[in-house]
Amino acid sequence: MILSCKETTRLLSQGEDRRLAFGERVALRVHLAICNGCRNLNAQFRFLRQAVQELSRDGDEKEAR
Amino acid sequence: MAADFRSQIESLRPYLLRYASLQLRDAAAAEDAVQEALLAALAGEANFAGRSNLRTWLTGILKHKIVDTIRRQSRERPAGDLELDGDAADFDGLFDKRGHWDEAPDAWEQPEAALGQKQFLAALEACLRALPERTARVFMMREHLGLETPEICKELGITPTHCWVLLHRARMALRLCLSDNWFAK
Repeated sequence: MILSCKETTRLLSQGEDRRLAFGERVALRVHLAICNGCRNLNAQFRFLRQAVQELSRDGDEKEAR
Repeated sequence: MAADFRSQIESLRPYLLRYASLQLRDAAAAEDAVQEALLAALAGEANFAGRSNLRTWLTGILKHKIVDTIRRQSRERPAGDLELDGDAADFDGLFDKRGHWDEAPDAWEQPEAALGQKQFLAALEACLRALPERTARVFMMREHLGLETPEICKELGITPTHCWVLLHRARMALRLCLSDNWFAK
């Protein structure tokens, strides 16, 4: 399976929400190995998760100060 | 003892209100959910019995109340057609005809450093508010409430595919928004 960047963004997003099939994981790995843009996007999707968790906890810090 | 418990719970109200508002985007609905959670907490004091962190326990109760609210809302306003939330047909404009990037994403500089900054969290919140309502709802159920996709689908009465489309749209829109409004600076 050869992925376009557009398809890669969909799979990367779904990878945050479900366990990808073996074939999908292999196809992603192949694509990411050669595509800088999608590697950056992947890091940004991961970061978004962290950032929203930080936002969820934000109220605590305000209380503590 | 009971009065003490009540005042401890009350002191967490601002945090809980903010927690509920992030998901519900409606001050009155958030207020109601928090009120219901606090009443349930007071009635269930015996269940708490200091066995976990009070805030964690209350957040857990609140989460259920928030999901109840969402379920009620989505019964009143059924999900309907994907295109109603429609925007940019899945960001087609970012790609060429073969589906390759027209303008590939650049790496963000020191994103971890941004996490500790109030201004960054405010920028993120503004980007979340800019999302279409249903897109934001699904994304926040996933990332803020921490629900799994099957549960989100069940509560909203939508298919997993629909769910994944909305989550993908949310992430694509948020990364564009943060690129423009934070990491471009």
